[in-house]
Amino acid sequence: MDVFTLSRLQFAVAAYFHFLFVPLTLGLSFLVAIMETFYVKTGDIDYKRMAKFWGKLFLINFAVGIVTGITLEFQFGTNWSKYSEYVGDIFGSLLAIEATAAFFLESTFIAVWYFGWKKLSPKMHCASIWIVAIASNISAYWILSANAWMQHPVGYVLRNGRAELSNFIEIITQKYAVLEFLHTLGGAYILAGFFVLGISAWHLIRKNEEEFFTKSFQIAAIWTLIFSFGEMGIGHFATANLKDAQPAKLAAMEAHWETGKNVPMHLLTWPDAENEKNVIEALSVPSALSILAGNRPDTEVVGLKDFHPDDRPPVLPLFLSFRIMVGLGSLFALVALWAWWKRNQIKQQTLLLKLLPWMIPLPYLANEFGWTIAELGRQPWIVYGMMKTSDAVSPIAVSQVATSLVAFFGIYALLGAVDFYLLFKFARKGPEEVTNA
Amino acid sequence: MPEITCLQTTWFAIWGIAWAVYFMLDGFDLGLGTLFPFLAKNEFEKRAIIKSMWPFWDGNEVWLITAGGVTFAAFPRAYAIMFSGLYTPLMLLLFALILRGVVFEFRNKVDCDCWRKTWDACLVIGSFLPALLLGVAFANIFMGLPLDEAGIYTGNLFTLLNPYGLLGGITFVLIFCTHGAIWLTTRTTGELKERALQFFNKLWWAEVCFAGFFLGMTVPYTKLWHNVFAKPYLLILPIIAVLGLVGQKLFMAKGHSWKAWFSSSALILFVVLFGVAGLFPNLLPSSIDVAYSVTAGNSSSSPLTLKIMLGVVICFLPVVIGYQSWAYNKFRDVITPESIDEGQSY
Repeated sequence: MDVFTLSRLQFAVAAYFHFLFVPLTLGLSFLVAIMETFYVKTGDIDYKRMAKFWGKLFLINFAVGIVTGITLEFQFGTNWSKYSEYVGDIFGSLLAIEATAAFFLESTFIAVWYFGWKKLSPKMHCASIWIVAIASNISAYWILSANAWMQHPVGYVLRNGRAELSNFIEIITQKYAVLEFLHTLGGAYILAGFFVLGISAWHLIRKNEEEFFTKSFQIAAIWTLIFSFGEMGIGHFATANLKDAQPAKLAAMEAHWETGKNVPMHLLTWPDAENEKNVIEALSVPSALSILAGNRPDTEVVGLKDFHPDDRPPVLPLFLSFRIMVGLGSLFALVALWAWWKRNQIKQQTLLLKLLPWMIPLPYLANEFGWTIAELGRQPWIVYGMMKTSDAVSPIAVSQVATSLVAFFGIYALLGAVDFYLLFKFARKGPEEVTNA
Repeated sequence: MPEITCLQTTWFAIWGIAWAVYFMLDGFDLGLGTLFPFLAKNEFEKRAIIKSMWPFWDGNEVWLITAGGVTFAAFPRAYAIMFSGLYTPLMLLLFALILRGVVFEFRNKVDCDCWRKTWDACLVIGSFLPALLLGVAFANIFMGLPLDEAGIYTGNLFTLLNPYGLLGGITFVLIFCTHGAIWLTTRTTGELKERALQFFNKLWWAEVCFAGFFLGMTVPYTKLWHNVFAKPYLLILPIIAVLGLVGQKLFMAKGHSWKAWFSSSALILFVVLFGVAGLFPNLLPSSIDVAYSVTAGNSSSSPLTLKIMLGVVICFLPVVIGYQSWAYNKFRDVITPESIDEGQSY
C-alpha cells in the first residue's frame, strides 16, 4: 500500500475511534448539568448522587476523548501537509479558535467540577459543569464549521497558490455548517439519552436503587424524545441541502443514476456501480426523492452519471450507510416515544426495560455511519470540488506511516478495551452514598 | 526575501509565546511524571504526586494544542513542513501523551497492584519521552533542519539525534524535572516534601551544568546569538532566564517554594523566548541553504486571517489566563492524608 492509502486508513481509524467518545461527552455533560441543577434547586440528595454517578461515567469517557482529539489536530500536518498548506489560512484558523475559545474552558472547568465539590458553593459548582457542557458544544461548532468548509467551501479566494480567506462570517454561518452542527449534536444527544436510559433500565429490572434510576430515566426519556424527533427533521434538511451543495454525495446515498425530475424513491434497491445501474428497484414511491430534495415533485435531482466515474464517491458503502443510519434513527424515535409514554410506570415495563440496555450500542453505530456518509461521500475530494484527497498527502515514507498505523491500532485497541471495561464496571456498580455537605 | 510585515512579526511573537507558555506549564507535570518512581516510596505518596498535578495537566496540555493551532493558523506552511518533516518524533510524542493522559482517570479505577503498576509505567514513559523529544526537536530547530528547496525534510529520526539535539533533550528533561520537584514541595508536606527538596538540590546542579553547556554550545551550533547581539535589548531575555535559574536556588534555600516555582517558570519562559527571538524571522531555518528556510515572511497566512486571529487572541487569551490562574489558585492547597481522597473518591 502507498502513503496515500495508509494515511487515509490511519485518519479513518483516528476519526472513527475519536468519535466513539465525543457524542457522549457532548450529550452527557448537559444531562449531568441538568441533574445538578435539580439538586441546587430542590436540595434533593438523589440529584447530587445522580450528578456524581453519571458524572463519573462522563469522566471515564471524557479522558479518552481528549487524548484522541489531539491526534486528529496533529494528523493534518503529519499526513496531509499539502492540504494543510493549501487551506491553513482558513481551516487552521478555525481549529486555533476552537482551542482558544473552547478547549481551555472545557479542560479547566472539568477539573474545577471534579475537585470542587467541597471548595465551591453549590451554585458555582453547578455553573462549572454548565461551562463544560457549553464549551464542549462550542468546540463542536468550530470543528464542524471547519469540516463543513471542506464539504462546501465558501468565503475564500484562490490566491498565492492556495485558498485564502475572504469572508469569515460567511464561513462560520453558512447553511452547511449550521445543519452539520445541529445534525451532529442531535446524534450525540440521542446517544447520551440512550446511554442513560439503557443503564437505568439495567438497574431497574434488577430493582437496584429504584427511585434513583427512575428519576434518571425520566429526565433521559424527555431528553431523548425531543432530540430523536428533532433529529429526523434536521436530518431531512441536511439531506435536502446536499442537492445543491454536494449532488454527487446525495446521488450515491440514494443510488440515483440518471438526472431527471419526478425522481422516485425505491424502498428496495441494490446498486451495481460497475454497470452504472441498480440491479434491484422495487416498491417505488413516485417522485419521493424529488420531493425530499426540493419539496416539489418536479425538482431536478442530478444523477451519478453526470459525474466522471473518477469523481464519484463509492456508491454501495454510501447507499448502505445512509439506509442503516435512517433506519436506526427511526427506531430511536419509536423507542424514545415508548420510553417517554411509559416513563411514569416504568418499573412495570419489563419488555422495554429488557430492550433498552441493548439499544446502547446502536446510536454509536448510527453516529459512525453518519460520519462515513459525510467523509466517504466527499471523496475523491478532500475539499469538495477544489482539492483532491490524493493531492493532499504529505511527502513522507511508507514505512513511517505503516509503523504509526500499526501503533495506532495497538494503542487504540488497548484504550478502547480499558475504557469500555471501566464504563461497564462503574455503570453496573451503581451510585454511591453521599453526604449533603 | 519577502519583507516581514508588522502583523507577521506580531504573530511570530505569539507563536513563540504559545510554545514558551506550554513548556512552562506542562513542564512541571512532565518533570514530575519523570521523577515519579524516584520520589514516591509508597501508595500514599504516589497518589499525592498524581493529585498534585491532576487538576492542571489537561489545561496545560491545551497550550500544546494552541501552540500547534497557532502554527497551523498563522504559518500554515511552517505547520505542514514541521509536522510532516518531524513525523516519527511527533507520533512518538502523541502516543506518549495519549498513554499518559488516561493515567489520571484510569489508575484509581481498579484495585489491583498490577493495574496500578501498568499505569505508573505509562505515566513515567509518557512524561519522560515528551520532555526529551521536545528538547531534541527544538534544539534541532534552533540549529536548522535539513530542508530542501521544496521544504521537504531530507533527514530521518536519527538525523535529529546529533550531539546538540541530544544535549537539548537532556537539558529540557533536567529543567522540567527541577521545575516538577519544586512544584511538589509547594503542594506536599513531611517526608515527601523533604525528599522533593533533596532531589531539587541535586537536580539544580545538574540543571546548571547542562543548561550552561547547552547555552555555550549554542554559539558554535546555532545563529541564535547573532540576533541577540544585533539587537542588544534582547539580552534581557537570557538575563531573566539566568536570574530565574539563580532564583530557584535562592528561594528554595529560604524555604519559599512558590517564589522558587515562579523563578523556575521564568527560567523556562525566557529560555524559550530567547531561542525564538534568536530564530527570528525563521520558524524553521534550513541547514542546507538559508534561502530554503521557512520564515515568518514566506509561510504566513493572509493578512485578513492574521488580523481576525489577532482579534481572537486579544479577546480570549486574557480571559483564558484569568480563569486558568483562578483555578491554579483554587486548587493549590497542600495535600495531606486527610485531603487525599477529596474529589477522586466520590
